[in-house]
Amino acid sequence: MSETILTAKHLSKRYRIGVREKGYKTFREAIVDGFKAPLRNFRRLGRLTKFESGSSSESKEINHNGLPTDVIWALRDVSFEVKEGEVLGIIGRNGAGKSTLLKILSRITEPTTGDVKIYGRVSSLLEIGTGFHPELTGRENIYLNAAILGMRKIEIGQKFDEIVAFAEIEKFIDTPVKRYSSGMYVRLAFAVAAHLEQEILLVDEVLAVGDMAFQKKCLGKMGDVAKEGRTVLFVSHNMPAVRALCPRSLLLGEGAVIADAPTSDTLRVYNETLRRLELDVYTDVMNPKNRRGSGAARFTEIRIEDEAGEKKSKFIMGSTIRFVLSYRTFATVDGLFVGIFLRSGISREFVTSVRYLISDKKTCSGYIGSAVVEFPNVNLRPGEYPLYFQLADGPNRALDVVDDLTLPLTIYADKAFDELGFEPARPSGFFNIESRMIFLQE
Amino acid sequence: MSRVNSSEPISPKIFVHIKPKKGWQLIDFRELTEYRDLFYFLVMRDIKVKYKQTVLGGLWAIIQPFFTMVVFTLFFGKLARMPSDGIPYPIFSYSALVPWAYFAHCIAGSGSSLIGNTSLISKVYFPRLIIPFTPVLAGLLDFCIAFLVLIGMMLYYQMYPTLFALLLPFLVALMMMSASGVGMILGALNAKYRDIGYTIPFIVQLWMFASPIVYPASMIPEKYRVFYALNPMAGVIEGFRSALLGTTEFPIIMIAISAIVSCVLFLLGLFYFKQTERFFADII
Repeated sequence: MSETILTAKHLSKRYRIGVREKGYKTFREAIVDGFKAPLRNFRRLGRLTKFESGSSSESKEINHNGLPTDVIWALRDVSFEVKEGEVLGIIGRNGAGKSTLLKILSRITEPTTGDVKIYGRVSSLLEIGTGFHPELTGRENIYLNAAILGMRKIEIGQKFDEIVAFAEIEKFIDTPVKRYSSGMYVRLAFAVAAHLEQEILLVDEVLAVGDMAFQKKCLGKMGDVAKEGRTVLFVSHNMPAVRALCPRSLLLGEGAVIADAPTSDTLRVYNETLRRLELDVYTDVMNPKNRRGSGAARFTEIRIEDEAGEKKSKFIMGSTIRFVLSYRTFATVDGLFVGIFLRSGISREFVTSVRYLISDKKTCSGYIGSAVVEFPNVNLRPGEYPLYFQLADGPNRALDVVDDLTLPLTIYADKAFDELGFEPARPSGFFNIESRMIFLQE
Repeated sequence: MSRVNSSEPISPKIFVHIKPKKGWQLIDFRELTEYRDLFYFLVMRDIKVKYKQTVLGGLWAIIQPFFTMVVFTLFFGKLARMPSDGIPYPIFSYSALVPWAYFAHCIAGSGSSLIGNTSLISKVYFPRLIIPFTPVLAGLLDFCIAFLVLIGMMLYYQMYPTLFALLLPFLVALMMMSASGVGMILGALNAKYRDIGYTIPFIVQLWMFASPIVYPASMIPEKYRVFYALNPMAGVIEGFRSALLGTTEFPIIMIAISAIVSCVLFLLGLFYFKQTERFFADII
C-alpha cells in the first residue's frame, strides 16, 4: 500500500579528525617547531579532504606504525528503507553516527560510499532558528528562515499569519529579534519549522530546547505531522518520545546499524548493549569526543563499588553504593566541586543529585586526586538510573561532564519486594518514602 | 547528487539521488532556479543588515569612496602632482573609485562569505553557490548610490558622457564576473585555509595599486599595456573613465583583454568552487 520513499544503501562516511600533537619539551624545540609549523599545517589542512585510496574500512584506523590515524568512520555500511508516512526513530549513544546520518540524508555532507534514493522533498530540522539574523525583524526572519528551510516565497506568504499566530508574537512582528526574549525567539523559530510542508522531515534533538511546556507543544506538533501522513525521521535521546511517536526504530552503534525493528524490540536491544558495555574508563570516560565541559579538569576514572570494594553496577534495594571518582586538573581551577546526578531511565530527567566541595581554593594544573562518595542504604526503587557525573568550578561552570557514558545504575529488588508488586520493568516511582497507615476501616 | 523528474514509483514527486560525487561537477541550473527565493532573501538580508543601527545609514556608501577621493586628491593630486589625463583630479579618481570600491567590497565579502555563514552550511542544504554570489549582488546597491554622486560631480565639472556610456552595463557585468570569480576562489580556499582571511585586505590593497585609480593607464608604457590589461579591473576602470568623462579614446583592446580574463576568472572560480563545495560542511 505505501511506497518506499527513502532507500539508503551501504552508506559510509569517513572523517578526518585532527590528531593531538605532541607537547614541546624545550623552549628551543618550540621555536624550531614554530618555523616548521606552516609546512606541517599546510599538509595537515590539505589532508582534511584527502584519503589514501584503495584501503578498506577495516584497515583504516591503524597506519603502518601500528598507531591510530586521525581517520574515523562515522558511518559504516548503513542500509535501510523508509516507507511513505512512516515515523522512524533513530537512537544510539553519543557518537553513534545519528547526526552524521541525518546530515547525509539532508545533503549537507556527502557520503564517502553508498547512496540514498529519496522520492520527495526533504527538510531538516537539525537546529531550529538556523539563519536567524538578530538585526532583522520577526517578519523578515520568518521569510529568510523559511526560505533557508526550502520554502518558496509564495508558500511563506500563505502561511505567514498562521506562523505568527502559532508563535504568539503578533505584537513584536516588526521588532528586531535581538530584542526578543529567548522564549519568544525559540517559539518563533519552532513556528517556522512546524509549518514546513516537505514530504520528509528529518528531526534531530532540536525539540529538546525550551521549557517543559514548550517541549510538550513540540512533541504534540510532531505527533500531528506524523498523523498527517508525512514521513519523519526522528533522532532523539528521549526514549518515551521515541516509543510514543515511532512504531519502528533504528539503533546505531559505532556507525553501524545494530537493530532495525519495531521500537520496543530496538529499545530492548539498546538497553542490552548498554548493559553489555564494560565499565572501562579507558574507552568511554577517557574519550573526549563524548565529553562536555571546558576540560580544565577531567575525570580519569569512575568506579562504582559496593561496601566491600567490589566493582558492580547492579545493587539490591537498600544496599550501599560507593562511587570512586578520580580526577585530574589540566588548568588552574578556582574551586572544585564534584556532582553525581541520577537520571530517570524512562524520561531521562534528573531524579536526584548530590554535590560535594573538593576544594574552595585555586588548584593548579596537573593536580591528581580522588573522592569517594557513598550512598548508604539506598532507598531507590527498582529500575535503571543512567548516571551523570560532573566536575564544576567555584562559579559552577562545568569542567567535565560524563553523561550516560558509564553503565547505568541498576537497582533490583529481592523476592519480598517482587511479591509486593515492584517490577523493574514497571516502576512505580523512584524512591521509597517514609509512611505509615494511621487509620483503617474494615 | 542529481535531481531529475523520475518516472519511478512515486512519479509526481521530486527524486533525489544522494551519492558520492566523482569527477567534474556541473552546475544544476534547475536547482538554482528552485532556490532563487532564498537567494533573494539572502541578498535582502545583506542589504538590510549592512547599515542597521548606524546613524548615517546608506550615506556610508557615499562617504567611503568620497573621502578616499579627498585623500587621494590631496596626496596624489596636489602633493605628488600625479597626471590625470587633463581632467580635475577629484573626478578623475572618484570615477575610478566607484567601480573599485564595489570590486573591493565584493572580493572581501565573497572571500569571507562561507565562513560567515558556517551555521547555514553545516545545518541545511541549499546550493552553496548562492553564498559567494550574495555579496556581489548586494553590493550593487552601494555601487548605484556612489554612481549617483559621480553623476552629480560630472554635472558640477560639466563633463558629459560619450556614446560609449551605453557600454557601461557591459563593463559592470565584467566587473561582477571577475569579482565573483575571485570571490569564489578566495571563499572556497578560506573555508579550508583561514590564512586567506588575513590575506584578503592585503590582496585588495596591492590590487588597487595595480589598477589605474590614482594614476592614469596612459602612464604605463604602450608596449606593456597589453600585460597591464590582464588585470581585469584595469580595462573596466579605464573604460568607465573614457566612456563617462571622454578623457582618452575608448580603450577597446584593453577592455577586450579584460573581458577574456574576467570570463576565465569567473569560470575558474566556478570550477574550483564546484569541486570543493562537497567538503565545506565537513571542514568549515
